[in-house]
Amino acid sequence: MALLEMKDISKSYSGNQVLKNVNLTIEPGEIHGLIGENGAGKSTLMNILFGMPVIHNTGGHEGQMFINGEPFTPKSPMDAMAAGIGMVHQEFMLIPGFTITENVKLNRENTKETILGKVFGKKLNRLDRETMAEDTKIALEKLHMNIDEFVKIQGLPVGYMQFVEIAREIDKRNLQLLILDEPTAVLAESEAEKFLEVIQSLSEMGIAILFITHRLDEIKSVSHGITVLRDGEMVLAEKIENISLVEMARAMVGRSVELSTEERRDLSDAPVHLELIDMHVKMPGEEVKGVSLEIKKGEIFGIGGLAGQGKIGISNGIMGLYPTTGKVIKSGQEMKLNSPREMLDNNVTFLSEDRKGMGLLLDDSIENNIAFAAQEIKDKFLKKILVGRFLDKKGITENAVKMIEELDIRCTSSKQHTRRLSGGNQQKVCIARALTFEPDILLISEPTRGIDIGAKKLVLDTLVHLSREEGMTVVMTSSELAELRQVSDRIAIISDGKLQGIFNPDEKDEVLGLAMAGDDYEEVLNDA
Amino acid sequence: MTLKTLYQKIGFPRLIITVFFIALLIGAVVLNIPLAGLWSSIFVRFGMNAILVLAMVPGIRAGIGINFNLALGIVLGLLGAILSFEFGFQGATGFLVANAIALPLAAIAGYLYGHMLNRVKGDEMTVSNYIGLSIVSFMCIVWIILPLTNRELIWPMGGKGLRVTISMENSFGEFLNNLWAFPKGATGASSFVFPTGMIVYFALWAAIVWAFNRSKAGSAMSAAGASELFATSNGVNVNRYRILGTMISTILAAAGIITYAQGFGFLQLYRAPLYMSMPAAASILIGGATLKDARIIHVIIGTFLFQGLLVVALPVINVVSGGDMAEIVRVIVSNGIILYALTRGGEEA
Ligand SMILES: Nc1ncnc2c1ncn2[C@@H]1O[C@H](COP(=O)(O)OP(=O)(O)OP(=O)(O)O)[C@@H](O)[C@H]1O
Ligand SMILES: [Mg+2]
Repeated sequence: MALLEMKDISKSYSGNQVLKNVNLTIEPGEIHGLIGENGAGKSTLMNILFGMPVIHNTGGHEGQMFINGEPFTPKSPMDAMAAGIGMVHQEFMLIPGFTITENVKLNRENTKETILGKVFGKKLNRLDRETMAEDTKIALEKLHMNIDEFVKIQGLPVGYMQFVEIAREIDKRNLQLLILDEPTAVLAESEAEKFLEVIQSLSEMGIAILFITHRLDEIKSVSHGITVLRDGEMVLAEKIENISLVEMARAMVGRSVELSTEERRDLSDAPVHLELIDMHVKMPGEEVKGVSLEIKKGEIFGIGGLAGQGKIGISNGIMGLYPTTGKVIKSGQEMKLNSPREMLDNNVTFLSEDRKGMGLLLDDSIENNIAFAAQEIKDKFLKKILVGRFLDKKGITENAVKMIEELDIRCTSSKQHTRRLSGGNQQKVCIARALTFEPDILLISEPTRGIDIGAKKLVLDTLVHLSREEGMTVVMTSSELAELRQVSDRIAIISDGKLQGIFNPDEKDEVLGLAMAGDDYEEVLNDA
Repeated sequence: MTLKTLYQKIGFPRLIITVFFIALLIGAVVLNIPLAGLWSSIFVRFGMNAILVLAMVPGIRAGIGINFNLALGIVLGLLGAILSFEFGFQGATGFLVANAIALPLAAIAGYLYGHMLNRVKGDEMTVSNYIGLSIVSFMCIVWIILPLTNRELIWPMGGKGLRVTISMENSFGEFLNNLWAFPKGATGASSFVFPTGMIVYFALWAAIVWAFNRSKAGSAMSAAGASELFATSNGVNVNRYRILGTMISTILAAAGIITYAQGFGFLQLYRAPLYMSMPAAASILIGGATLKDARIIHVIIGTFLFQGLLVVALPVINVVSGGDMAEIVRVIVSNGIILYALTRGGEEA
């Protein structure tokens, strides 16, 4: 009997139909991939399955669900959990001030009996902190995660948060079905691989996995079946052996997408645009421990490395978002450190990897989100009336409409609040803001995380265009080696907070892989 | 639009209050209470209270939440009015002098208070309650030792210091109420008078706040209030805008109490300023504001509903129950609404 059956599921958000008669069946222990463009309705379908409040608050849904043949109507995530469903959301659902253990065990704390507890019920039992820590350790170990369970979530790099979320789910005893909404988006390839191994072992233990991702190769390598959504409709459901990557991509976007690698160019004569000297950044979990670099004008400078090794810290440090020492020199001029304003005033902008936190005003319109940085720093989109400078609403809207078209942001209008956008479309709003700023130097972290392959091509092409045609310097930090190779002129690999080396993007996989692990290819060869 | 989405747009508390308000109006008609007089009172009370409610807007937008410490601006507004009285100014001059003294003081006090709030980020609403209490206690001493001589301000005989309530009849009492009021010459509780001056004066302040919200600074302030991380990473000095929001809120509180006092006809000193924050907070919440979002329209709707409710409830309930129920209604409504908003936290309204 199928573990889960979803039948004729439909859903609309205030008149806007986002799911139309979707069917989905999952067998026990099956790994099932769910793919589709940004805004296709993947997260919405999973939110329905998990009984998320956002579904009920917006009028519920149509269609039926069955678990092990029994009708299943979750009124809240609690109901879904009781039925053995776990979910890791696209956005993090962790409490920043709590430790890893407290987050993993939230609402499921292990307790020891106390007298008060016997009389007044379980809520008054004493917490069994040792068991909680022990369990958490085991869950973290299953994920090959090297971090102390008593560390607070606050300030942890996003990659770690993702693992903590997964640890929380696999710690649940009655787990039958685990929903993962883009779990690998924040992980580097090697970590994603480890992660996929974990998934496979869970599947062998009989736990079914429903897996949303934009990395089609991952789906191809681990899943047993896939379902493809397009504009809220199910366009394909197939066993994995019967379908190729190209066919999956075509089913998703309705046309074929080709990612091309840029022609290489020689920038050794270009002037230095940004220089880092012995930079140290105190970013928790992504500490930079003395990096010196020269970035050329107009180049796309890639920064890669494993999560936790410090690659993320570099851009955050340049931008002054975490305590930084050393020197940052732009066009020969030394910048004041630890001041985002200083960098912005010098025409350097940063698209953070932490989009939800730093990237968006969720209760404000798409257009205001896009215009904000340019308006605040460069006095764009303002008009002077009498004593003050006021927002030029018309200009703001026009710019947003242009960006929505260029980046293919799926929304109802430029006035829509960003909270109501799908995850990938929220990312595009952040990118639009950075582009609207028109910086000399664009620091961009994980530019294509969470966006579909069509949009990915759009974004990467845009970066190439900015660098090649408009002479913009782009510093791109990414966990995805493939995309770094595709567009970068040079790739720096960061390991243990230090620069492991700067490589040609066509360098062999082994060399880059070893560099990420902190080893030198030549040395390893000689030792062998 | 379905009934359900309409309901969601209006929201539970506003729906209840509107229904209650309409029920009371019907009650008034049934009981033959003259509606013309009631409507005049609603407009007058709207004009008296709206600026105090408006003072909640910059606080919420700047991210300090509901400013339970309106008392800070209020005591300075009272000080301005008292000094203007002491110097013997009357009518328009008296009103202007009172504001000229009070508003700069409120700006300075708001600035200092804003600095303080930056040290207690996250606990602003709790702290502001206590600060309000301390300020009012401190001012109790000031009211006693202030060396004023005007016989209408100080106790007539014996006792030290200023009176608890000071009649403004010989100062600028009812100055705005009567300014451009029409129809001319209409008097008595049962005839309709529209307090034009008062409404225009509120519109002036509302326009200033509205324009500020649409300015570069206003937009940066809202960003600072909505997400500190977002604002900082986009180059906004969050603490500076929180201070600005606190300053504007305090200035509006000062301007608001001067308007309130002239309409009421009395200056209320000592502990009275403590009781002004709650109704103002309740009004803006009824108007549809949340702890994170407040706009002029919320001020207008909220003040109108809240004051309307009180004005109509007073005669109707008194006729029906014979006792002074109106005050009880006021307390229940304001505390209930605030509790409701606090428990809902930052949820979308
Ligand atoms: N709370 C909401 N209110 C209104 N519309 C919403 C809401 N959440 C999502 N939508 C809309 O529903 C559609 C589907 O969104 P969903 O989040 O399911 O997409 P997705 O397939 O998960 O995309 P992504 O790959 O970008 O995460 C989108 O058009 C989105 O704008
Ligand atoms: Mg999604």
